[in-house]
Amino acid sequence: MSVLEIKDLTVEFPGRKSVFVAVDDVTLSVDAGKILGVVGESGAGKSTVGNAVIGLLQEPGHIAGGEIFLHGRRIDQLPYRQKRLLRGRKIGMIFQDPLTSLDPLQTVESQLVETIRTHLPLSAKQARQRAVELIDAVGIPDPAERIGQYPHQFSGGMRQRVVIALALCAEPELVIADEPTTALDVSIQAQILELMKKLCAERNVAMMVITHDMGVIADITDHVAVMYRGRLVEYGETNQVLGAPDHPYTRSLVSAVPRPDIKVDRFPVVDYIEKAGAPQRKIDISSHWLGKARDFSAVSGPLVRIRDLDMRFETRGSIFPSRRKYFQAVRKVSFDIEQGETFGLVGESGSGKSTIARLVTGLYQPTDGTILFGETELTSLKNRKDVLAMRRQMQMIFQDPYSSLNARMRVKEIIAEPIRFHKLASGNAEVRRIVDDLLDHVGLGTAAGQKFPHEFSGGQRQRISIARALATRPRFLICDEPTSALDVSIQAQILNLLKDLQEELQLTMLFISHDLAVIRQMCNRIGVMRNGELCEVSGCDQLFEAPQHPYTRELLELMPSMELLSRANLATA
Amino acid sequence: MIGFATRRFVQAMIVMLVVALLSFTMFRFVGDPINQMVGIETSLEDREALRERLGLNDPIPLQFYHFISRAVRFDFGTSYQFRQPVSELFAKRIPATLELSFTSALFALIVGVPMGLFAGLNRDSSISKLFLSVSLIGISLPTFFIGILLIFLFSVTLQWLPSFGRGETVQIGSWWTTGFLTVSGLKALVLPSITLGLYQMTLIMRLIRAEMLEVIRTDYIKFARARGLPDRLVNFRHALKNTLVPVVTITGLQLGSIIAFATITETVFQWPGMGLMFLQAVQNVDIPIMSAYLMLTAFMFVGINFIVDILYFLIDPRLRVGRP
Repeated sequence: MSVLEIKDLTVEFPGRKSVFVAVDDVTLSVDAGKILGVVGESGAGKSTVGNAVIGLLQEPGHIAGGEIFLHGRRIDQLPYRQKRLLRGRKIGMIFQDPLTSLDPLQTVESQLVETIRTHLPLSAKQARQRAVELIDAVGIPDPAERIGQYPHQFSGGMRQRVVIALALCAEPELVIADEPTTALDVSIQAQILELMKKLCAERNVAMMVITHDMGVIADITDHVAVMYRGRLVEYGETNQVLGAPDHPYTRSLVSAVPRPDIKVDRFPVVDYIEKAGAPQRKIDISSHWLGKARDFSAVSGPLVRIRDLDMRFETRGSIFPSRRKYFQAVRKVSFDIEQGETFGLVGESGSGKSTIARLVTGLYQPTDGTILFGETELTSLKNRKDVLAMRRQMQMIFQDPYSSLNARMRVKEIIAEPIRFHKLASGNAEVRRIVDDLLDHVGLGTAAGQKFPHEFSGGQRQRISIARALATRPRFLICDEPTSALDVSIQAQILNLLKDLQEELQLTMLFISHDLAVIRQMCNRIGVMRNGELCEVSGCDQLFEAPQHPYTRELLELMPSMELLSRANLATA
Repeated sequence: MIGFATRRFVQAMIVMLVVALLSFTMFRFVGDPINQMVGIETSLEDREALRERLGLNDPIPLQFYHFISRAVRFDFGTSYQFRQPVSELFAKRIPATLELSFTSALFALIVGVPMGLFAGLNRDSSISKLFLSVSLIGISLPTFFIGILLIFLFSVTLQWLPSFGRGETVQIGSWWTTGFLTVSGLKALVLPSITLGLYQMTLIMRLIRAEMLEVIRTDYIKFARARGLPDRLVNFRHALKNTLVPVVTITGLQLGSIIAFATITETVFQWPGMGLMFLQAVQNVDIPIMSAYLMLTAFMFVGINFIVDILYFLIDPRLRVGRP
């Protein structure tokens, strides 16, 4: 018998005017010792399935139809108290963000012990003993020592291990993991996935992994369920579904995943997912506004030259220089960015890649080293006029499209602001014309200008960010993880847009990402960063085919296997 | 931790110095202190002699230095009205004010915290809505008005509680008198402490409610529920403790202002505390009492803030470890 059986589950969220059906007629089952992957893009209803199983649907959502069985016992209609007794005892849950899912004011020990003692009749001493064993089982060194510490004393990966230990406290039969590795670095992700696979086999737990990441699905799941707008579109063995997808949506989803193994010209975009908006006209740079008055001084050689760049942050201030403490974010980094190329910076969080972006744009002043933009030494610019002129030539696109747009301004004002600020247009009529034009080019349509940012989805907002960045007619664009907050299909659209614009406008780009596959598709040359140092700089293909530095090799090995996906691509091609 | 405490202590000292400067300025420059002290028939020579004896002809920084060194020893001179040392007058009045403030702070916490918790956890229940509406009254009605209403209802109409004074007090030690030990003393405390604490209670309730609404949305509360922890543990151990940091800040500040703004309540209820004395001092231009009151209130504010800063460390472990 399956551990979990979901039959015809429908979950509804009544709204003011209409009822939103988040999960529509979904049927699934998970066996002991097996891992089921539930995959889909944001809004597909995959997390809602997990929440419905554990009985924690956000009000006013409720189960409108269907049945949920745990070991043959129906659980969806149990009263609140009995449902609560299932949670933790029979069903464990792992959340996405390990940084926020632990109570910051309680030690790891007290959180474990209270959970153990809620479910199992153990004395405080026995519970502590068990807590130490669990912490050991999830692979945290020095368990007896570290258990007394607070969550903030653990790194992200270690905290996710603590979360897993908490989910496993009372030997549950089913574990639901909601995006368990999304917030983690690739090397940590590999470790956590490995741990989950091991625990699942050792303890014979049924596991349901909810994720948007095809790599995770390919890596650890036995079965996979693909969801689209609340419906289950495909369900079966993972090899089967990923290797030979049946449904057009699955095919499009699989093909939109960036491939680290082969470089393609454009990302495959399938119309099934989201209409890209108004058709984009090609820009002819010689006649278009974006090409006009590009009064940049001609540059021979690389556009950006970075030499021995050092950046350290003071972590403890003191009036005595000898007592100050520093964190070295960037250490002796040197590289060039040629005109018209896309230079990729890849590395894990804390490797200093975003710090470099901030140094280049002048948001930080480097501790040491030089940044040459063309022939101009950026750090030596004192005169406000020169600084502004330099800033106009370089623009930045940020990671989070939700917080990088002012929520109180209309989109047309957001885009017009840099044009007005740098006095790039002669009058309001011209500003309006340019804004409309830009909105058209990023595929939003001119009507979008009247709206506010919250009316757009993440991908559309990132298009607004791009339009805003283009508004100053830059020649150098810095993209700091521009798509890591987006779904794969949207990511493909945004990356294609960036590629097109780069070609049309002859932009030079610095592209920062932790995602090797994206980097491979976007960049001409790549720098690998670790702990503030640049390990290796080489051409794109060369880096993936013949990595020189041991750390690069390590990173490449950690990428989830794409074998299944590549087979699928061949099938669809 | 020690470094942090020292830094805060130095900052507190600076604040006190600035207040002392203000107080000193008032003492020295609002009117001529000699005119306040002597009668109209005192001769010019006598005035000059007095001026010399009081050190009023010294250079101003030296006078300030003397002022501070006396203030540290709680010596604020002699009251113009009572012809008694100011410190003695205050010593007699302080217990009354502190007992009143303490009781009303306790009232605000004991009533406000559970109400806030309830309203935060059951945001849509009709009782929480009632709490919110009632608390609006607490915020919008001026203190003296509430006091008069309470007197009218409980003292005049129902005749349950006294309308003024401290009732009988008991002497403890050489200078502390308490109303906690007699029935009439306790009865006398009820109305003034409710009047004084109502505003703080409302504030604490609304603050806790808002913080709770914030905290119960966080991932760690969801995760605690997903682990099957009973509601009691989730609500009190995890949610309440996380709401405490801002609550402690505000409560600390409010305790300071309870002490400082007891003036109005003390006047309405003829409570023999510092506030009442201060008001009389203002009416009679009794500068020594005024400047001493200023210093004392500032001292309490600064002291309470200092304690609040230290409390953070006990509540939030993230502050305890030095940053790497």
